Amino acid sequence: MDKTPNQKAWFLVLPVLVLVAFSAVIPLMTVVNYSVQDTFGGNQFFWAGLEWFDELLHSERMWDALGRQLLFSAIILAIEVPLGILVALNMPKKGVWVSVCLVLMSLPLLIPWNVVGTIWQIFGRVDIGLLGHTLAALGIEYNYTQNTLDAWITVIVMDVWHWTSLVALLAYAGLQSIPDAYYQAAKIDQASRWKVFRYIELPKMMGVLMIAILLRFMDSFMIYTEPFVVTGGGPGNATTFLSIDLVKMALGQFDLGPAAAFSIMYFLVILLISWVFYTVMTNLDKKGS
Amino acid sequence: MSDTTADQIPGKLTPSGANKRVRAGINSRAVVMTLYLVFLMLPIYWLLNMSLKTNTEILNSFTLWPSEPTLANYATILTDPAWYMGYVNSLIYVVMNTVISVAVALPAAYAFSRYSFMGDKHLFFWLLTNRMAPPAVFALPFFQLYSSVGLFDTHIAVALAHCLFNVPLAVWILEGFMRGVPKEIDETAYIDGYSFPRFFVKIFMPLIASGIGVAAFFCFMFSWVELLLSRTLTTVDAKPIAAIMTRTQGAAGIDWGVLAAAGVLTIVPGALVIYFVRNYIAKGFALGRV
Repeated sequence: MDKTPNQKAWFLVLPVLVLVAFSAVIPLMTVVNYSVQDTFGGNQFFWAGLEWFDELLHSERMWDALGRQLLFSAIILAIEVPLGILVALNMPKKGVWVSVCLVLMSLPLLIPWNVVGTIWQIFGRVDIGLLGHTLAALGIEYNYTQNTLDAWITVIVMDVWHWTSLVALLAYAGLQSIPDAYYQAAKIDQASRWKVFRYIELPKMMGVLMIAILLRFMDSFMIYTEPFVVTGGGPGNATTFLSIDLVKMALGQFDLGPAAAFSIMYFLVILLISWVFYTVMTNLDKKGS
Repeated sequence: MSDTTADQIPGKLTPSGANKRVRAGINSRAVVMTLYLVFLMLPIYWLLNMSLKTNTEILNSFTLWPSEPTLANYATILTDPAWYMGYVNSLIYVVMNTVISVAVALPAAYAFSRYSFMGDKHLFFWLLTNRMAPPAVFALPFFQLYSSVGLFDTHIAVALAHCLFNVPLAVWILEGFMRGVPKEIDETAYIDGYSFPRFFVKIFMPLIASGIGVAAFFCFMFSWVELLLSRTLTTVDAKPIAAIMTRTQGAAGIDWGVLAAAGVLTIVPGALVIYFVRNYIAKGFALGRV
C-alpha cells in the first residue's frame, strides 16, 4: 500500500515511545552504566573502562554458555520447523476436528513456563514420572539430573513439546491462504505430492515460516524458566544457557559489572542474528506483494 | 457445558458416502495428528493424574490413574488465601498489561500502516528489538528502577515491565491487520467530516476487531506465562501464582500433589481463553499476515 508522507504521525507513535522509553531505555542505560564501572559495595562506583568486556571475551564460562545456547537453538529449530510443517500438512481439512485440534495444540502455549518445567519434571522422574518409570521398566538407564545427555534430551523434548504447535499453527495459517485453484491446476498437470509441496505449499508458507523461525529463535535464545525448573542448569553446567548464567551472575552473586557487560554482549548477539532474519523476512514480504 | 461438547464431537469422523481414496487420505492424516496430540496430552494427563492422588499414593505406588481420586490437593489451594491470591494477582497484572499494551499500540500501528514519516522503518525495527531483549538482561535494572520510583511489589510494576515485550508485539500484529483495510475507507470518512478520533473509534476499530482480539490474546498469553520478571518485581502483595508454587518445597520434601494441582489450575485460564478465540487462532498466529 502506498503510504502518505505525514510527519504528524509521530504524535500517534508518541505513547508507545514514552512507554518503551520508560521500560526499555532507562533500564538499558543502567546496564550500560554498570558495565563500565566497578564497585566495592556501599554505592561507591569507580570507572573501570572496558575491563569487564575484556575479561568477558577471555572468559571460558561465557563462551561455553554461548556455545551451548547456539547448539540448543539450532537443534530445536531443526526439529520444530520440519515437525511443525508435517503437523500442519496433516491437519484435518474441515469439520469440528479442526477446532478440536487447534484448541488442543494451543494448550501448551498458554501454560506458564515454570509449570511447563514442573510438568516435565514430574513426567520424567524415574520414581514418579510416567516417562522415567516406563524407560526404567524397559531397562533404559535414564536420569536427567545426573546424566548430561539425558538432561539435554529432556530439555529439547520439552521445548519441542512446548513450541512445535506455534510453528504448526503458523504453517497451517499459511496453507489456509492457498486457493483451491492452485491444487486443481497441479492435479491437471499430474504433479506429484512432493512437487505440490515444493512448488505450491512451501513458497506460500515462506512468509509465515519466517515469522515462526524468527519468534522461535528469539525465544529459544532467551530460554530461562523451563530448563531452570527441570535441571537447574545442571548436571554441572551442562544445561546452563545464557539467561541462566546471567541471572546467576546478576541476581545470585550480584556481580554488577560483569553481569552488565554480559547483558550487553548477549543482547547484541540476539540483535545481530534477529536483524538478519528480519531483513530476509521483509524482503520476502516485498517480493510477495 | 456437557451437552454442547457432546454435540461437537460426533462419533463418526467420515460420512459413510465418502469414497475410498479420500478415506485412505484421512487415515494417514489421522495417524499423524493422533500421535502428535497424544504426545502433547500425555504430560498434561500425568499432571492431572498426580493432582488427584494423595502423596502416599504418588510416592509409594505407580498407578496410571488415581486409585482413590481425591480433591484434597485442590481444597488446600482454594481455601488458603496465600495460595489463591496468587491467581488473583496474576490475573490483575495480566489484564492491566493487556489493556495498556493494546491501547498504546493501536494509534502507533495505525501510524505505521498508513503514513510514512521520518525514521519510521528504523523506529519499527527498534520497537521489535525490545521483543528480542532477554528478560534476564532486564531483571536487575527493572528491580532497581521500580524500587526507586516506589512501585516495587505492585501489580502495575509487573504490568509495565511486561509492556517491554508485549507492546512491540501488539504493534506488529495490529499493523498487519490494519494493512488489510483499504485506505479509501479512511479517505471517505474524512470527506464525510469525521474527525480522526471519531473515525478511529466508530469506523476503524470495528473493522479490525478480530485483529484487536488477536493482539489482546497474545498480550494475555505472553504476560500470563512469564515468570522471571514477575517474580523479580514482587515479594508479597503482587506475587504471581507461578512464584508461589515454589512453596511446595518444604522441609519434608516436595508436596507433589499440591504442586500438580496448582499446575492444573494455571492451565485453566489459558484453556478458557483459547476456547473463546479458537476460530481466530490460526489467522492470529500468522499475526494478520496471511
